[in-house]
Amino acid sequence: MQRDLIESALKGHEADYVEVRLEESRSTSVRYRGKELEEISQPVSSGGNVRALVRGGWGFVSFNEPGHLREKVGLAVAHARHVGRGATSFAATEPAVDVLNETAAKDCSAIALAEKKRLAEEYNEIVLSTPRVETSVVAYRDRRRRVVFASSEGSYIEQSNSDLALRVAAMARDGGDVQQSGLSTGSRGDFGQVEGLHQQVRETALRAVELLSAPRVSSGEHWVVLDPILAGVFVHEAFGHLSEADFTYENERMRQIMVVGRRFGGDHLNIVDGAAVPGLRGSYRYDDEGVPAARTYLVKEGVLVGRLHSRETAAKMAEPVTGNARAVDYHHPPIVRMTNTFIEAGQASFDGMVGEIKEGVYVKNWYGGTTSMEMFTFSAAEAYAIRNGRVAELLRPVVLSGNIFTTLENVDAIGDDLQMNQGGGCGKSGQAPLPVSNGSPHIRIRRCLIGGA
Amino acid sequence: MAGKRAQEAEVFVGSVDDTPVVFEANRLKQLQTNRGMLVALRIVRDGKLGFATATSLDDIGSLVDRAVDISHFGAPARFELPSGQEYPRVSVYDREAETFDVDAMVELGQSLIARVREHTPDLLCDASVGRGAALVHVMNSRGGEASFTRSYFGLALEGTLIRGTDILFVGDSESSCHPIRDVDWLVKSTVNQLELSRRQAALTTGHMPVIFTPHGVVSALIAPLAAAFNGRVVLQGVSPLMNRTGEQVFSPELSLRDDATVAYRPRSRPCDDEGMPSRVIPLVEHGVVSGFIYDLQTAALAGTRSTGSGDRAGASLPSPSVSNLVVQTGKTGFEDMVRGLDEGLVVEQLMGATQTNVLGGDFSGNVLLGYKVEKGEMVGRVKDTVVSGNVYQALSAAIAVGREARWVGAVHTPAILCPDLAVGVKG
Repeated sequence: MQRDLIESALKGHEADYVEVRLEESRSTSVRYRGKELEEISQPVSSGGNVRALVRGGWGFVSFNEPGHLREKVGLAVAHARHVGRGATSFAATEPAVDVLNETAAKDCSAIALAEKKRLAEEYNEIVLSTPRVETSVVAYRDRRRRVVFASSEGSYIEQSNSDLALRVAAMARDGGDVQQSGLSTGSRGDFGQVEGLHQQVRETALRAVELLSAPRVSSGEHWVVLDPILAGVFVHEAFGHLSEADFTYENERMRQIMVVGRRFGGDHLNIVDGAAVPGLRGSYRYDDEGVPAARTYLVKEGVLVGRLHSRETAAKMAEPVTGNARAVDYHHPPIVRMTNTFIEAGQASFDGMVGEIKEGVYVKNWYGGTTSMEMFTFSAAEAYAIRNGRVAELLRPVVLSGNIFTTLENVDAIGDDLQMNQGGGCGKSGQAPLPVSNGSPHIRIRRCLIGGA
Repeated sequence: MAGKRAQEAEVFVGSVDDTPVVFEANRLKQLQTNRGMLVALRIVRDGKLGFATATSLDDIGSLVDRAVDISHFGAPARFELPSGQEYPRVSVYDREAETFDVDAMVELGQSLIARVREHTPDLLCDASVGRGAALVHVMNSRGGEASFTRSYFGLALEGTLIRGTDILFVGDSESSCHPIRDVDWLVKSTVNQLELSRRQAALTTGHMPVIFTPHGVVSALIAPLAAAFNGRVVLQGVSPLMNRTGEQVFSPELSLRDDATVAYRPRSRPCDDEGMPSRVIPLVEHGVVSGFIYDLQTAALAGTRSTGSGDRAGASLPSPSVSNLVVQTGKTGFEDMVRGLDEGLVVEQLMGATQTNVLGGDFSGNVLLGYKVEKGEMVGRVKDTVVSGNVYQALSAAIAVGREARWVGAVHTPAILCPDLAVGVKG
């Protein structure tokens, strides 16, 4: 749809603010399940939405057919009028006009379907040819998307970019005992970043078999070392979600808890979120309200110094906008989300961290994580006993649990080896999977609660 | 059109029209209208599957071209599309739900929040009241054709109560194909959680009896079972239940079925997304494994018949999925279960429990909402507590199954008491 049509549809409505988002995407999905090529498809999708703000109330209309756009804007405005009963607070930003066409070094949109299928097939064959592996899942998925954003304030932004995710899982069985191991990675559309993982895939498959004979760790508190991947999931769940201002901005008691200046960890702890780093899965130039991306310190030297905002939450809390309003797709309005979230590198060495532990657990890789703000879980796909300062035998996967008011304080060492993890995606309020990345160096946590046998 | 370029073809059209009213921080915040459509074409060409989807009916030509392109790479089609079928009568549409007045929805949400806050004025509530309808139409080149419209109505409440640095989450939800005009039930359930959470209590690390409430059952035990009964997982050779049909795997107290024919439930339907008739599928009868769920392709690969369980998630090919899981009620009243415990735990929500080796039957999570039982009484809310186990051990033991069942989303279940689970506590 042409720019002048969109702009004219936005004009002359009695609303404090209106925006239109139109989206077109083309995806590729290749999935092997065991020997079967379970799915190969290239879905196309197009649609859009209108969001309007009147006296603090929002109207939202989503659709597949962009025709009669002016009527759709009218409906969203009517919806907003229907619910708006207070005052609008919405941070002022400079309207932006921009066209961005981002192409990765080896952009997935230029790779033939046959090549994607071949790569998935190669990884699948590695898993299936591993002795005692029962079966596999290899799922490759990419999407090239063009999003047009226009607002009643005069913003007009076109952004085109790609996102890619690869998941490899191996399963082994011994009678009724089934164990699995996985590898999850991705990139901002760069196919090159998921090529050449053959050795990692081989190790993943071998681990599924090893898990069959691994013992369970006991339930209770343990001294743990987290690898950079799991520590990235930890920081995302433990502090990232709590930094999203939409949980805080209208909650007076939460504002008192999450007050700037409050200490959450030691001086060595620095936590950052930001989309203004090129080339990661959570990177972009403008968020879904047209606000330029930033880089925001959430914790500096152990103290809360900032949080993530949409235009509405920033205005209500009188804090600067950070460009963190994101929508997973046109079916949903933007909400406050993370982008690329990480713990900055410290000075500890991995050997030093493990060396000081007489009895503990080294946890690696991830199954998932979730949070209720105060308490959170993050689950390791790999766990190893630590005994007398050395990493020892493989254990069954464990779910770790924390409490925001004690667990960050209990981080007693931060490594010097920061790595970003590009696998998986984030879910919130029914919007998933949103491309994000997270990362950390190795970290060590005292008295971390583990659910085990 | 596709018929000229393929031996078999199937068209699926699904559309939704949905109107949620959203409350945030006790106040009306947002009103939405969401309309969406998915068109999916599946073809069999030279024995191979082709597939394409779109979000409108505008360009069928390109849809056919893309499905033909994909068929060059596609897996062999092992199944035949169904010809004309007899469908059961399954009531899933109530016009009054689809057309429910928006202002009346706003009033429902307001009264829900007001009544819960009468009990606890400091509670900060998010809520939603939603209604809508979905249309499914599937037809194929063998003359099979089915369509139905389903209405939907939902009420949900989540309340947050902060005292110092303690954060308590309470809330519940209710859904139906009928309008829900009365918030009493939801108010009562939430107030009950608030009452039980007034005091805190602490357990010590160890093994103990754990009662899962219906919410607790859904948050911890259902995902491993839904995976194990999935024909796709059986075919892959990684269901712990494969080759165990007829065997006593679970406690005789446990019976479980998948039932897409329950009237007026939002996951019910006369047929699945491949046009196969819905039916009741017994999965566990008195602890004995009695069935699995299949779609067309997995059934053909397994040498059996589809159970009418082909589900499309987004723009994906159909794949077996449970509809309404129903756990048969047992003999023990919930109150009696609690009364019978000297020390134990009642779990209402186990957070993160399914983010582990679900295929192997494991569950492990943090007790987001749960209560300590002491000498037959729930004495307070526990925190910083983890519960873990494996469903094949936990449900083969001497469990007790509750007499009172309820819907939690698409699962109808009573409470289940597991006599011995690992509980870890901080401190």
